[in-house]
Amino acid sequence: MRAETQTINMTEASSPTPVLEMRGISQIFPGVKALDGVDIALYPGKVTALIGENGAGKSTLVKILTGIYRPNEGEILLDGKAVTFHGAQDAIDAGVTAIHQETVLFDELSVGENIFLGHAPKGRFGLIDWKTINERARILLEQLESTIDPTIRLKDLSIAQRHLVAIARALSVEARIVIMDEPTAALSRKEIDDLFRIVENLKRQGKAILFISHKFDEVYEIAENYAVFRDGRMVGAGKLTATPQDEIVRLMVGRDVKDAFPKQAVNIGGTVLSVEDYCHETEFRGISFDLRQGEILGLYGLIGAGRSEFCQSLFGMTRPASGTLKLNGKAVTIRSPEDAIRAGIAYVPEERGRHGLALEMPIYQNMSLPSLSHTSRKGFLKAANEFALARTYATRLDLRAAALSVPVGTLSGGNQQKVVIGKWLATKPRVIILDEPTKGIDIGSKAAVHGFISELAAEGLSIIMISSELPEILGMSDRAIVMREGLVAGRFERAEFSPEKLVRAATGNA
Amino acid sequence: MKILLKNREWLLAGIIILLIIGFSLRSPGFERPANLVNIFNDTSILIILALGQMTVILTKSIDLSVAANLAFTGMAVAMTNATFPGVPLPLLVAMAVGIGALLGSINGILVWWLGLPSIVVTLGTLTIYRGMAFVLSGGAWVNAHQMSPTFLNVPRTSILGMPVLSWVAILVIIAAWIILKRTAFGRSAYASGGNPSAAIYAGIDVGHTRFLAFVLSGALAGLASYLWVSRYAVAYVDIAQGFELDSVAANVIGGISIAGGIGSVLGAVLGAIFLGVIKNALPVIGISPFAQMAISGIVIVLAVVFNARAEARKGRIILRDRAATEQSKEAAA
Repeated sequence: MRAETQTINMTEASSPTPVLEMRGISQIFPGVKALDGVDIALYPGKVTALIGENGAGKSTLVKILTGIYRPNEGEILLDGKAVTFHGAQDAIDAGVTAIHQETVLFDELSVGENIFLGHAPKGRFGLIDWKTINERARILLEQLESTIDPTIRLKDLSIAQRHLVAIARALSVEARIVIMDEPTAALSRKEIDDLFRIVENLKRQGKAILFISHKFDEVYEIAENYAVFRDGRMVGAGKLTATPQDEIVRLMVGRDVKDAFPKQAVNIGGTVLSVEDYCHETEFRGISFDLRQGEILGLYGLIGAGRSEFCQSLFGMTRPASGTLKLNGKAVTIRSPEDAIRAGIAYVPEERGRHGLALEMPIYQNMSLPSLSHTSRKGFLKAANEFALARTYATRLDLRAAALSVPVGTLSGGNQQKVVIGKWLATKPRVIILDEPTKGIDIGSKAAVHGFISELAAEGLSIIMISSELPEILGMSDRAIVMREGLVAGRFERAEFSPEKLVRAATGNA
Repeated sequence: MKILLKNREWLLAGIIILLIIGFSLRSPGFERPANLVNIFNDTSILIILALGQMTVILTKSIDLSVAANLAFTGMAVAMTNATFPGVPLPLLVAMAVGIGALLGSINGILVWWLGLPSIVVTLGTLTIYRGMAFVLSGGAWVNAHQMSPTFLNVPRTSILGMPVLSWVAILVIIAAWIILKRTAFGRSAYASGGNPSAAIYAGIDVGHTRFLAFVLSGALAGLASYLWVSRYAVAYVDIAQGFELDSVAANVIGGISIAGGIGSVLGAVLGAIFLGVIKNALPVIGISPFAQMAISGIVIVLAVVFNARAEARKGRIILRDRAATEQSKEAAA
């Protein structure tokens, strides 16, 4: 085993040509240019870190590499020869394999089955050859320096071990290029160390690795090369040893955007909501802040930093382990979303389709859903009241619909978003929590939503805005709190905002 | 969408009418009003159960224990009547509804507090309730001669040409329509099934809503139990065996989505009547009793296929011009 790796290492070291190269790749979606003339090269035995904010185009690039998207422009060169991936299978055949953020594996199947699912070796009569599966799985796992028994079920493994299985699965198809999409997001430090040993091992075997991560310490630890993406373009690439972290942070955030946002000057009033030492057993700890009238508080952090979890507990969906909440100086206890709505807190959730709307229901019924106690009398619905309420907010938000009685599912995305916002405004909240308010909507609608958020603040509403998009936080908030791994990692007033400071706090790059 | 649903209901009504015409060609007299009233009366109990089932299905759950609930409650009511003939009928009916609601609330609490899947809970309670009927009766039957005349006769009394049994079904239909269409509970039921997550964000207690739906379903099963025992003038452990599937089938045929959140009272009622017409017609037109079960099964599957196709047609309308025409059509409706 060892001798074999050594020889591969020797031969690969003497070939500096990239195993895979992308040249001038552009990917255009209706209304959006997700990638614009991107070049990137991957070398055998080397890790290339792909760095960029959310929405910079990293996932699109991965989808092109794995054959899911076909780029509108540009070419992919494999060993110097142009190739076209017509589908996922083409990419696999070419030796490109990806390990995704949330690894797709089956709990109830054995390790061996998970590794070979879909390409199981067949024995006589076309039946699955268990002996070969388990034998080959064992060899693959041994290459990863693991002694996991291929016959045990996946659900009995730790998260790190599952990752190993996912990697073994990726390698079971003779991969030469391994894409790792934020593989460390769910791992503890020790598990990350284990993972990095595996990556070192893969390097020695001559695999070219594309490593996507937000975390600079990890990037510097494991990668040789980097490529920074911003707004669908590659803005910088090179060797990490020759590049200081500050330079990469600068490339990543790169612009001054404050003025591009329609933020109105607002007279900020007294404290409306004050949160003191909110703690949850597993998700977040020690969160305190005051929110004033007319203020927009930005909540920034990486995905999984605990921002939504914290806000959901403010809204009564989960109970904090400790901490107090005061509304207008009075301590309140919120046990359910119903309590929160009554207290004047509204939560506009992320993912409008999943949490925001019942698509089969008519517009007016969706709008009145959180306000039923106001529109109904003694438990009986009053359709006239519901229509009046819906009409008020439809007009205010300039909702385009044939009638208020059509199902929400027939509206465009932007108009659906208006229904979501309308239904929450109808509860007449004092505090409104916006969770990723512009995620997944086009640029034009984004500007409209931003304008509207500003108006709400000007009318005296207090806003907590969760966003993973730095420009949005910088452009819209009066104050920002940065969370990292469930803790407050930084607090910034608008005057002291800088992209670098926020990114550093969020990524833990002191 | 709405117009499509309405269409679907009118379509089902049309199919029922065509069936009646077809059957009366084979067997003259099938279409006579007296026979149709008879069929409706025969279907009344199924309608009542189907409406309880519908409320549960709307919340993205299912109640497989309705028939067992009916068997136990029916046995309890019949034995009470046999042992204490002096207990007035309204009290007996109230008792039936109360026991039914209690059994329903057991399902509801298991679903609500423990978060168990309703199909598992009600599969379990289905066996338990029927087992309880066995324990209660010791396997003995309660026969017609043990029941009081009032107990037996009230549902058969004719008012304006229809038996009381049918009138009870009509009252339940009206009540169900009001509850589902005009109360906050009804709206919560649609929302809890249509998008449970959105319902939670909107401050609706989805678990509590499901609990109430199970209580309603149980109460209606209790009401149906008295009607059943009185109509067939007998109570034993195995009454209404398999009837829970008919109540689900009526909903599926009537366009109530098993995934929750979609469906109307009219649909469920028509679904039940459709089943009633088929079951009444097959013996009349001379289909062998051996084939009847298989044929009603085939008809149910056909109805489900038809519904699945109708539901597949909805989905997103991506083409702009199509969306516009759909919307203007709906606006016109």
